Amino acid sequence: MNLRDIAFKNLLRRKAKALFVLAGLAIGVSTVVALISFVDAMTENINHKLEKYGANILIVPKTENLSLTYGGLSLGGVSFEMQEIREQDLAKIQSIKNAANVAGLGPMVFGVVNVEGNRVLLAGVDFEANWILKPWWKIDGTIPGEKGLVLGSETAVVLGLNQGSPVTIRGRQLTVSGVLKPTGSQDDQLIFMPLKTAQAILNKEGLVSMAEVAALCKDCPIEAMVKQISDVVPGAKVMAIQQVVKGRMEALSQFKKFSYGVSIVVVLVGSLVVLVTMMGSVRERTEEIGIFRAIGFRKSHVFKIVLLEAGFISAAAGILGYLAGFVVAKGAIRLFSESGGASIQPSFELLGGSFVLAVLVGLMASVYPAYLASRMDPNQALNAI
Amino acid sequence: MSYIRAENISKQYGNGDATVMAIQDIDFTVESGEFVSIMGESGAGKSTLLSIVGAMNPPSSGKFVVDEIDVYHLGSEKRTDFRREFIGFVFQSFHLVPYLTVLENVMLPLTTVKATKKRKRTLAEEALDQVGLTGKEQRLPSQISGGEKERVAVARAIVNDPPVLLADEPTGNLDSKTTHEIMDLLQRLNQEGTTILMVTHSQDCAAYAERILRVSDGRLIEGEGLVEALCLDRKIPLTGAGGLMLRA
Repeated sequence: MNLRDIAFKNLLRRKAKALFVLAGLAIGVSTVVALISFVDAMTENINHKLEKYGANILIVPKTENLSLTYGGLSLGGVSFEMQEIREQDLAKIQSIKNAANVAGLGPMVFGVVNVEGNRVLLAGVDFEANWILKPWWKIDGTIPGEKGLVLGSETAVVLGLNQGSPVTIRGRQLTVSGVLKPTGSQDDQLIFMPLKTAQAILNKEGLVSMAEVAALCKDCPIEAMVKQISDVVPGAKVMAIQQVVKGRMEALSQFKKFSYGVSIVVVLVGSLVVLVTMMGSVRERTEEIGIFRAIGFRKSHVFKIVLLEAGFISAAAGILGYLAGFVVAKGAIRLFSESGGASIQPSFELLGGSFVLAVLVGLMASVYPAYLASRMDPNQALNAI
Repeated sequence: MSYIRAENISKQYGNGDATVMAIQDIDFTVESGEFVSIMGESGAGKSTLLSIVGAMNPPSSGKFVVDEIDVYHLGSEKRTDFRREFIGFVFQSFHLVPYLTVLENVMLPLTTVKATKKRKRTLAEEALDQVGLTGKEQRLPSQISGGEKERVAVARAIVNDPPVLLADEPTGNLDSKTTHEIMDLLQRLNQEGTTILMVTHSQDCAAYAERILRVSDGRLIEGEGLVEALCLDRKIPLTGAGGLMLRA
């Protein structure tokens, strides 16, 4: 027989009150767990989707001039003196602080060539990197080798070429290995070939016209990565495709803040339930506590009994709250995840966090009732006779 | 020196016009191993006096000493320890904890004592054996009779072998047969060396004591409020015509 036994047996006797406290805390914990799980799953899902959007940072040569194009419409007659970026400078991107978050780096070189009597824009690209940077690309045919090229869908029509057609560009014999399916972008009007081949044809060995970077991580701001890249590639202008990343991330951030706000309110309500119920319980047990004090229980012993009771209930509420929150979040993610791509996995960290949160809230809310119980005058036991 | 000394003890409740003197200028002594009854009308101050003797109710003035310990000079927690070590309580309404078994109720005063579970259990079983309740250890208070509850209360009071036993109307809720059984039990404990102070309305019960302190309007009457306020020889009738004979 010890204080723990007394606390436990009292809980078993007052099942309704214990269950009420348990429910109050468990609801609070489950809300927190559900919201955190939901937000995490949605963040993961959005990150995954953003990766599918491909490149989100552009590296272009610095220029003093303003662009005279808008929405693909070029106001003719003005030509730029095109500057280039050194390919070896781009390699330094692998050394930035958030290098691990660079999912893909795609250098590109551009030049105008004559093909079958038409002036066409030739782009040299890294086809390997392009699968990450432009995951929407689909080629009818194969990825070109050293002497191959891929035509944009409109280019193929204009030039009247198909897969396997021979093409001569600046005296080099090349073969069309595939035709890009329509993308709805400027890519439909280009000729693509491996970077090295294009550099050789355009006499731009070791130079690139621009580069695309696919970079994203949950916890690092895109601006920070832009700054890091700017620092290592000094001759270039680095720009984030802000609309895509910022819009989604800000929406998520707002939802996260809202979730935390709701969580705090629910936990506060839970702690009030514990406080009020424990106060009631202590008042009901005036006689019993008086007897404890009369027969030699110190104030600290009575204090411990009340806190032990709160601790038992809170621990159970932490575990039950986690399980309930997990189930709720699973259900919610099915409703809110558009493509069904998001999923929630059991998390031991969250389980541990729920346990600690419930016990902390339960104990803190019970400190005052425990204090009142411990201050009870033992003489009340005799007065009750 | 006497084992228990109450010196000029007064207790008042409230203040100003609402002041009530519960007990006033009470002096008495009790020797170790004595059995003393405290008698008086309802509201006379008996329970206040018992709560002061029980180290639970500091007097407004005066001094209370047990075994040369000035009880109300002790701090609150030390006084709690004093209660645990020196005093066993038997309450009128038993005051058993309803969700604990008979054995667990008896073990309660040992909860905060440093001893093994086995040792505590053995002590509780011995106490239950002393009050004749062997075999009912696992019953809940709701599953035993009033007399048995009182026995459990006595067992709980003696389980840690306190030198002083305080009983407040220990037979107030019992029939006459059970009353005598309980009083015989208290007398036996007294004969084994326990000092007993018992508040009672019943002259029949008071007759089990060696000495009676009578309280009226918060004062000890007869004997000028001295220690021997009312000390009766056991063979002499306590009251007049129709009075009960005190038992030997």
